Amino acid sequence: MTARAAGIALVVLLLAFLTVPSLVVIVMSFNPTAIMAFPPHGLSLRWYENALTYPQFQRAAVNSLIVTAAGTLLALPIGTAAALALVRHGVAARAVWAAALLSPVVVPGVAAGLGFLILAAGLGLLASRWVLIAVHAILVLPFVIRSVAVSVANLDPALERAAASLGARPSRVFRRVTLPLLRPGLAAAALFAVIVSFNEFVVSLFVSTRVTEILPVAMFTYVVNYTDPTMAALSTLFIVATFVAVFVAERLLGLSRVFGLEGHSHAGPSR
Amino acid sequence: MLFATALGALFRLSVLEFVPGSLRTGGATAANFRAVLAPQYLRAIGETALLSAATTILTLLASYPVAYALARARSGRVRSLLLGLTLAPFFTGAIVRTYAWMLVLGNSFVTWPVRLLFEPSGVLVGLVHFSMPTMILILAAALAHVEPALERAAASLGARPARVFWRVTLPLSMPGVVSGSLIVFAWTFSAFATPELLGGGRVKMIANVVKDLALDSFNWPGSAAFAIVALAVTLALVAGLGRLLAPREAS
Repeated sequence: MTARAAGIALVVLLLAFLTVPSLVVIVMSFNPTAIMAFPPHGLSLRWYENALTYPQFQRAAVNSLIVTAAGTLLALPIGTAAALALVRHGVAARAVWAAALLSPVVVPGVAAGLGFLILAAGLGLLASRWVLIAVHAILVLPFVIRSVAVSVANLDPALERAAASLGARPSRVFRRVTLPLLRPGLAAAALFAVIVSFNEFVVSLFVSTRVTEILPVAMFTYVVNYTDPTMAALSTLFIVATFVAVFVAERLLGLSRVFGLEGHSHAGPSR
Repeated sequence: MLFATALGALFRLSVLEFVPGSLRTGGATAANFRAVLAPQYLRAIGETALLSAATTILTLLASYPVAYALARARSGRVRSLLLGLTLAPFFTGAIVRTYAWMLVLGNSFVTWPVRLLFEPSGVLVGLVHFSMPTMILILAAALAHVEPALERAAASLGARPARVFWRVTLPLSMPGVVSGSLIVFAWTFSAFATPELLGGGRVKMIANVVKDLALDSFNWPGSAAFAIVALAVTLALVAGLGRLLAPREAS
């Protein structure tokens, strides 16, 4: 049993390594002075006020909302169609499937960013917000496909055949049977897309200007130039929002299914 | 539907092809790649390879226990907690996570035994932290498909826990170890935010050179040559990964 206790202690320690930096940021964000002290000498919300009133952050926040919303709305229908095609016509498209899933990992952010920058320059769209939106839609697509595909795999095709055999036209089958049954997958896909898009940085750095830049890019510029806890305050808002979003995603879909963690260990009979 | 699929593939392909296109517009192709071989750039490539290798090994060691706990957790609540703690950093953006390490490594109230901020060692810590969630998820997925009954069988035949691990669990989870390591290596090889902020301009990895050349010196062709180097290495690694895993899937 001591080995087991040591194992648990090790896991807790490693999880602490993962978690503690975020906690430090949260503590620091309430620091009343510009020079950070630990433990903080009192509590203050002045850095939150600073973060929320800094004009470049305000502009970037609006940009982030526009780009994330538009990118997600663009990626959802394309990703859903792709997921349906891939799961239903699996064998022929398997190579594409694997490639699409791996693409955000395979293509280095700087290579993709520079590629988009060069393309945008070639098209004369250098300062256009649409480039940023298209880039975000492409980057979140694999996450959308993966989430929706889980729901498609669980969808019994017999239900669609039943509707069709009762006289529903294909478009009606899709709207009344397929789409409602895919709803949990679509919700999770939208959530993933929003999280990924809202946090995307490297590619956006290459294709945005001071006017169109999104929050992570503005935050990067701020960190490079200033050291006060304004960044800690804004980061805390990001951390809390992400944590809530992950929690909601787990509730909605069961994240262990999305990440393929359901194996023998959770199968009923082997318990 | 198939059109949409093709569209997705086309998008992906287009990402890959813009870069060589830029070399044509820049002219003189070989010169850009010769420039990559300049001493200060070779040092960046060497540093990148070294940091990526160290990150991969440390990440693997640090992630395996967590992945094992995640895959073997009996109660759904513990599993959700572990998964949540792993995924929250996974989805927290690179900037926020790197900034957090700037605070941890560069503050005035903890004196680290060695200087970490703006040093390769600090970048290494940040990279391991950045790679861990991915590695944990890949390893846990592999471990979840290792039949626990096999471990119990080995134990009931008299194997001690350490032996069960070395002879049963670890070999069976090898696909996860291999793919996780390759993905983390590939990812670290093109890391940008972590070396940019934790390295403070003193630690240059390939991605930082790409950014410096493209956005500061406006040398797009030279920058593209570097991006190609990073892309080629990652593609080679992923192709190797595909080849390694293909026979297992076939059987």
